[in-house]
Amino acid sequence: MSAQVEEAPPKRPGPPLWLLLELTYRCPLHCAFCYNPTDFSGIGPELDTADWLRVLREARALGAVQLGLSGGEPLAREDLESIVAQAHDLGFYTNLITSGVGLTEGRLAALKEAGLDHIQLSFQDSTRRINDFLSSTRTFELKSRVAALIKKYRYPMVLNVVIHRLNIDHVEDILAMAERMGAEYVELANTQYYGWAWLNRAQLLPSREQLRRAEDATRRFRERVGSRMRIFFVVPDYFETRPKPCMNGLGQVFLAIAPDGLALPCHAARMLPGLAFPNVRDADIGSIWYDSPAFNRYRGEAWMRDPCRGCPERARDFGGCRCQAYLLTGDAANADPVCDRSPYHHLVSAIAGTAEQADHAVARGQPLLFRDYRAR
Amino acid sequence: MTELDVASRPVIARGTRLQWEGAQGAHVLLYPEGMVKLNASAAAILTRCDGARTVAEVIGELERTYCAELGKDVLAFLTLALERNWLELRP
Repeated sequence: MSAQVEEAPPKRPGPPLWLLLELTYRCPLHCAFCYNPTDFSGIGPELDTADWLRVLREARALGAVQLGLSGGEPLAREDLESIVAQAHDLGFYTNLITSGVGLTEGRLAALKEAGLDHIQLSFQDSTRRINDFLSSTRTFELKSRVAALIKKYRYPMVLNVVIHRLNIDHVEDILAMAERMGAEYVELANTQYYGWAWLNRAQLLPSREQLRRAEDATRRFRERVGSRMRIFFVVPDYFETRPKPCMNGLGQVFLAIAPDGLALPCHAARMLPGLAFPNVRDADIGSIWYDSPAFNRYRGEAWMRDPCRGCPERARDFGGCRCQAYLLTGDAANADPVCDRSPYHHLVSAIAGTAEQADHAVARGQPLLFRDYRAR
Repeated sequence: MTELDVASRPVIARGTRLQWEGAQGAHVLLYPEGMVKLNASAAAILTRCDGARTVAEVIGELERTYCAELGKDVLAFLTLALERNWLELRP
């Protein structure tokens, strides 16, 4: 055998096992940490029912099997029940990702009948005050009622709470609330800084000390409840030195379809410059996934630069997140600067450092920008 | 939680689904926001966990099919599957 070292040749990827349909950008909430594009109000018309059903058939034929129905608030679509029914008939495992707003008992019964497998309900906090403040709505009681309905219809209870500076000190109470509701899974998802969260980063990024306390509280809770409740604690990667294996590599398993039909290898990827993402109105899912230049752009290793090129960890983290590389360094082909081998890592350290300072954005009174329809 | 023994009747947990995926050439377990691709032995065990068969019956069937002593391996796998909430025990 020759001892030549070569880049791994681009391999034909497997199927898009994980399909996320962002059915709409409409949402009754105005969360300050939403990852949706900040210019969502200017994005073209939503796909109609027939388009969504075709997307489901084409993706399932390729091997897609996990289906997320998200948004915006997917319940804003009146055809959600038809979409779920089609997905169920095709053999998808269907996940509804919802704020709970609009989930009446009538709709829940219809969704159950249509074959919906699971509901992930978001909460903003264990307190009405913070929940309602962060979502800029009065929804705490409504969400609590929806949680009871989910149990009544014998769904596994999956709570998702986006964690940040303003609620991270409540992690113990949030977990206690989840336990009272009978949750089987809880995701404590530290904010990832894209979209609206990127605009509000200075107010949302917790301090290292807050993070440590929250991790301790989570560990104590896990020890007490054992396997009865699964808790996923997603760390805020600005405090890490190794990047997350974002999406298991772009174009490897995950396919998102935005409300306007744009096909994306990650729900935040719309921001990446120089990529002409295909639209399901113009092309079928198979050619989008396997053949489009946009989906092939960051596959394999040919796009990598130093320090990723030749890094022994490149097969594990795929260079991290392209969107984060773009947002922080201005070039999506750079290593994710969370990596301490990146020449831009000091940018991430500096941001994490600002969260330690007392003179921080909240104290300075910088306003939080709530997700709304004004163009940004 | 009820303890696992040979008289237990395991069944795929509520909210979890076991199905054959042609595209992956394997059985998979699907659960909220997750999926596990099963190897042939795991699939042979889990497809028999229907809430009607006892653990002893599952072991018996597998031992006849594969002509081997499998009791210990099957119990170890079932314990793991219970810990991961893939299975529950029918009372």
